[in-house]
Amino acid sequence: MPTKVETDSVTGTETTGHEWDGIKELNSPLPRWWIIVLWITIIWAGVYYVLYPTLPGWDGLWQYTARKDLSERLDAVRAGRAAWTDKLAVAPLEEIEADPDLLEFAIAGGRAAFADNCAPCHGTGGAGGPGYPNLLDDAWLWGGTLDAISATIEHGVRWPQDDDTRISAMPRFGVDELLTSAQINDAAEYVLSFSGSATDQAAAGRGREIFAENCAACHGESGGGNREFGAPRLNDAIWFYGGDKATIVQTIAKSRNGVMPAWGGRLDAVTIKQLAVYVHSLGGGE
Amino acid sequence: MFIKHSTIEKKPLLLLVLIIITISIGGLVEIVPLYTVETTIERVEGVRPYTPLEQMGRNIYTREGCYLCHSQMIRPFRDEVERYGHYSLAAESMYDHPFQWGSKRTGPDLARVGGKYSNEWHVTHMIDPRSVVPESIMPGYPFMMRELDADDVEAHLETLRIVGVPYSDDMVLNAAIDMAAQADPEADHEPLLARYPKAVVGDFDGDPSRLTEMDALVAYMQMLGTLVDFADVQPADLTQ
Repeated sequence: MPTKVETDSVTGTETTGHEWDGIKELNSPLPRWWIIVLWITIIWAGVYYVLYPTLPGWDGLWQYTARKDLSERLDAVRAGRAAWTDKLAVAPLEEIEADPDLLEFAIAGGRAAFADNCAPCHGTGGAGGPGYPNLLDDAWLWGGTLDAISATIEHGVRWPQDDDTRISAMPRFGVDELLTSAQINDAAEYVLSFSGSATDQAAAGRGREIFAENCAACHGESGGGNREFGAPRLNDAIWFYGGDKATIVQTIAKSRNGVMPAWGGRLDAVTIKQLAVYVHSLGGGE
Repeated sequence: MFIKHSTIEKKPLLLLVLIIITISIGGLVEIVPLYTVETTIERVEGVRPYTPLEQMGRNIYTREGCYLCHSQMIRPFRDEVERYGHYSLAAESMYDHPFQWGSKRTGPDLARVGGKYSNEWHVTHMIDPRSVVPESIMPGYPFMMRELDADDVEAHLETLRIVGVPYSDDMVLNAAIDMAAQADPEADHEPLLARYPKAVVGDFDGDPSRLTEMDALVAYMQMLGTLVDFADVQPADLTQ
């Protein structure tokens, strides 16, 4: 119950006039800083209303929209890079590599694009992993020249949405019962014998004929591979999916037919060129 | 003109009226501007409802809480656009229930992940993320190689229709057929593609004999952000 407003003797402040069991409440004003901040925010809101598109039909003095702001920023970035990207757009890949300044720019851009787009499969440093080729070595499935790398990036491998994609299909010798499991075993031993790692010479001997009939057309008589078909070289110690016998048996039986997306629609032509130059520079470029 | 605070406090009815006026202003400021625009969704070509398989994949995506780490919203900022592609449009998520917007990026944004990786990569990565991305902190989801439980796929489509997704009777009727056809490389895909243009078909999980949760989730991943062809979109098309 409000009793009567009185002045507190200690603080000199008025009370609210309420009293509960002898306890009285001071009617302290809000702190001055608080009132000032409140008024600043109210004024700020008014300024904001004028500067920004706040009301229907009002675009604001600054005419700001996030999308317009973005396109201006992107235009500025493009203009800043244009000195280089214009040259990259017209220069043939070989010319880019021959010009140290262009090369440096292309590699810097390629490295960034690689980290965004390629690293999840080929690894941050390009070392690849089982099923995803190492880009640092001399072993290439579809070719390691600048043009070959560029074509692979642009059109992908076995990427159904791209008509010019690199395509080949190794048969599933086991699943489709083209070879018996004994024959597959022998062929695997023969494949291992190319790199001197066969464990069963008799089986490897039997595998020679099976290989000649079924595999040599793409992988070559002596396992040299064929880049026309993306057929890996088998007579080195570099393995795409793994060099142990179980993995090779599985590859013959089920086939692999790995897929790489086509980047042509996703990345612009200059970025693809930068990527091609970057990958070519990683160590294995031809 | 100013009513004294003590006066308002002592007159509950006056207090009530003033509260209603204050809240109404707040509401009107938010609501009225929306009546002055015809639509908040951009007019772009290509956005369609999810195929039954994609929708089941989407259900798994929400079930597993993927959104806790991955957003599906590329904001109109330079860094995001340069990394992920064109900023997301409202139109691209107009059939999303629930939407997957956000800025929580423990993992990368997935709004345009479609077509970025091979199906095989998705499957390997989902089973054991560190086998392909050593620095990944994503948990593995190997159990998704189990059979997809989708006897009620028609009901899912019908329910979404209630909240405004334009599934036709034809789509609902053929939901189970479309779902099986999308994950079967040997199937006749023509009716599916007629109903759902640009649907990605194929054996997503590497096991053509079974329809798994992995099939559904990878089918969903592979279409994200692919429906609008931005080569055809002009900035003027995007204003409301």
